[in-house]
Amino acid sequence: MRTTLTPEQITERLAKRFAEGVAAHLPPGEGSSQLAIVGRDLLLDVLSFLKSNPELSFDFLMDVTAIDHLHFEDPAIGERFVTVYQLYSTTHNHRFTLKTPVPEDDAQVPSAVELWGSALWAEREAHDMYGIRFEGNPDLRRLLMPEDFPGFPLRKDYPLRGRGERDAFPQYLDSGPVSRQAAGASAEDAPEGPGNGEGDGE
Amino acid sequence: MNKEREITDKPVEQDPPDHLGADLLRKGLAEDPDYRGEHPEPRFFITDETEDDFGGRMMTLNLGPQHPATHGTLRVILKVRGEKIIAADTEIGFLHTGFEKLAEHMSYQQWVTVTDRMNYMSAMNNNVGYAIACEQLLGVEVPRRAQVIRVILSEFSRLADHIVCNGLAGMDVGAFSLMLWAFERREKVYDLMEAVTGTRLTTSYTRIGGVFRDLPEDFEEMAKSLVEEFRRFLEEMRSMTLGNRIFEDRMRGVGVIRGEDAVNWGITGPILRASGVAYDVRKAMPYSGYERYDFEIPTQEDGDSYARFVQRLAECEQSLDIICQALDDLPDGPILSEDKKISLPEKDEVHQNIESLIHHFKQIMFGHGILPERGREVYSATESPNGELGYYMVSDGEMNSYKTRVRPPSIFHFAVLPQLIEGSMISDAIAVLGTLNVIAGELDR
Amino acid sequence: MGLEKLLGDNIITTSVNSLASWARKNALWPMPFGTACCAIEMMATLSGRFDMARFGAEVIRFSPRQADLMIVSGRISIKMMPVLLKIYEQMPEPKWVISMGACASSGGVFDTYTLVQGVDQFLPVHCYIPGCPPRPESLLDALMKIQAIIGEEGERDEKEEMEIAAQLEKPASAERETTEPPLPGGS
Repeated sequence: MRTTLTPEQITERLAKRFAEGVAAHLPPGEGSSQLAIVGRDLLLDVLSFLKSNPELSFDFLMDVTAIDHLHFEDPAIGERFVTVYQLYSTTHNHRFTLKTPVPEDDAQVPSAVELWGSALWAEREAHDMYGIRFEGNPDLRRLLMPEDFPGFPLRKDYPLRGRGERDAFPQYLDSGPVSRQAAGASAEDAPEGPGNGEGDGE
Repeated sequence: MNKEREITDKPVEQDPPDHLGADLLRKGLAEDPDYRGEHPEPRFFITDETEDDFGGRMMTLNLGPQHPATHGTLRVILKVRGEKIIAADTEIGFLHTGFEKLAEHMSYQQWVTVTDRMNYMSAMNNNVGYAIACEQLLGVEVPRRAQVIRVILSEFSRLADHIVCNGLAGMDVGAFSLMLWAFERREKVYDLMEAVTGTRLTTSYTRIGGVFRDLPEDFEEMAKSLVEEFRRFLEEMRSMTLGNRIFEDRMRGVGVIRGEDAVNWGITGPILRASGVAYDVRKAMPYSGYERYDFEIPTQEDGDSYARFVQRLAECEQSLDIICQALDDLPDGPILSEDKKISLPEKDEVHQNIESLIHHFKQIMFGHGILPERGREVYSATESPNGELGYYMVSDGEMNSYKTRVRPPSIFHFAVLPQLIEGSMISDAIAVLGTLNVIAGELDR
Repeated sequence: MGLEKLLGDNIITTSVNSLASWARKNALWPMPFGTACCAIEMMATLSGRFDMARFGAEVIRFSPRQADLMIVSGRISIKMMPVLLKIYEQMPEPKWVISMGACASSGGVFDTYTLVQGVDQFLPVHCYIPGCPPRPESLLDALMKIQAIIGEEGERDEKEEMEIAAQLEKPASAERETTEPPLPGGS
């Protein structure tokens, strides 16, 4: 039985089940689709509810990514990082987006790999790019960057052109692996503003 | 040798090669405890038994990152005993270019060119997917003619992608001429693309709110003759491979993915449909006017390499049908949105008209440009030849996006490769890799 | 050398270097280091329509030990650069390098944290091809330029050998010169 639900109906069902734990959030602008923000202690419960409830039955975890809210504070999030889950149901043909705020000083979140296999590499990439640890993910090696790369490139305090790794990469390979937590936490570089010459157009 | 060579060689000599790449290439699975990074218990843990009952030894074999059968910069590390793969692990990121970081520093229109370089086999589908995501972010209506043009060209792009994938898969299992034939037909698609967009490969054809320029006058004839040629070619490809004993023996029963596993692992596109799940974004959530066309979603039952090969051929037929229907009802009209805050005015207008000049200035100059609402975000999915291509974009009201995430289909396909090839022969691994059609550019971004 | 008069029209005399470079330039064995979009155009150059075999360079060798021309086509990231160097080191001398496309030559549009801004920082490059990606014709042009370079090298070597031979043939009175023969390739 195919019953396509709107994101509003899905958040309604989530609110009915989890009461205060799930907050509905509607991004501004016309035609935006509603999404839900859930704390990380409830995340796995919400995800497994979304997967197993026959009315929702989200069998696809399409994507896991993160956002760094360093330069753009979102009052609905309240933390520096947020992980974003894109879900899709082949049974009912509807989509849903779920967000989980992650604080900067304790950047970890439970892994969804028990529920969906696709979380394995998606979370691995988010870990590689943002330094968020997904507790329970069995394979949290770096995915795209070299094993001993110091830093998390998609964080907003990491400059676009890097910290000199690309020009002197044999030297940085020589210096040995730098502690990841130390490298990620020390934001000695000034945050790179949007105006750095790239967006100048013609 | 002569002196000049010696001089130019010097920088290399000063850096002895051993610390550069040797450890990277030599890294095995079980030997190196640091290799597992933070997690000492690896998923594919290999017990260190060096000899089997017949005295055979286990060895580590590197497939890639520079290997003819990987069709890109992928690395598969195999633990083999004889010809049999005991365990496999993968490593990617050799083509990581920082596209997503770049999106945070480029304006929305500029990033269209970067999307080409992601899946370079079918750049047009990437262009279209990105343009649709931006249009959703901005709430722009696209003129109908532009939509139909996008459909026609992305279907041609899909055709080229599918036949090249099949051709290369054929080459991997010994049918070399299949690849040469496929490349020749793909050149024909490139001719068409060049006539429309000006480039062969990296088209950069879409703009936010429409397309870059109108079709050439003789486009319809060219497209129709190409469709006819493709129908003949698909027949040729079928007759050469399907029912061929060697081909079937190599491809059948290899790399089987069951439907529920495919869904669980996030596999989309032809690979998912070859496992019997009829999910196609073009049907499920139509975009760019796909709901107007009458086409089917073919599926296969087996989920093996052979099914994926047949599936791609079947999808080519559907693409040809869509192209014919779209050509028949190609409407007249504008090709770019009338909204002057979104679309650049004509160059002649800019030179002669002060208003157009201001619009042009406002869009190009730094600090202006296309400005979506602050806090707006969108996840938009389109069907690329490899599967669901998603763009997740967040705006902070500036001229460049705050966050752009590409959901590449390939990364989820490549993630399952170790499970597919463990326990099989090395030659089967090649046959599986060929039909997964992993494109390194979109895998690593 | 005066030998031609004795041998007649059917025999050509030359130096070993010229002969070797003539053979080399007409039978280049490329090692295609293709990573990204440029690799697709490189494959197009090798296949039917453009047919690099017309220039004697169709024997694609994926084993670097059998190749003498490396075509670096595509973006090279910091993770890939050690691999590229390794493969370059494995190629036997003499070897030539084509840097195909904007990304391999200069990093192109991708001025990002992970991309090597031009492989010529780490390898000697003999020919750059502009374009993103270059058309197959450009690659053929680059191939012909490499052939010209190889030919010139042979001619130069031949000239130098002739000079050395002339020096050696000089009478013993020019003692100080024969003790120190000019270095080959000395500029």
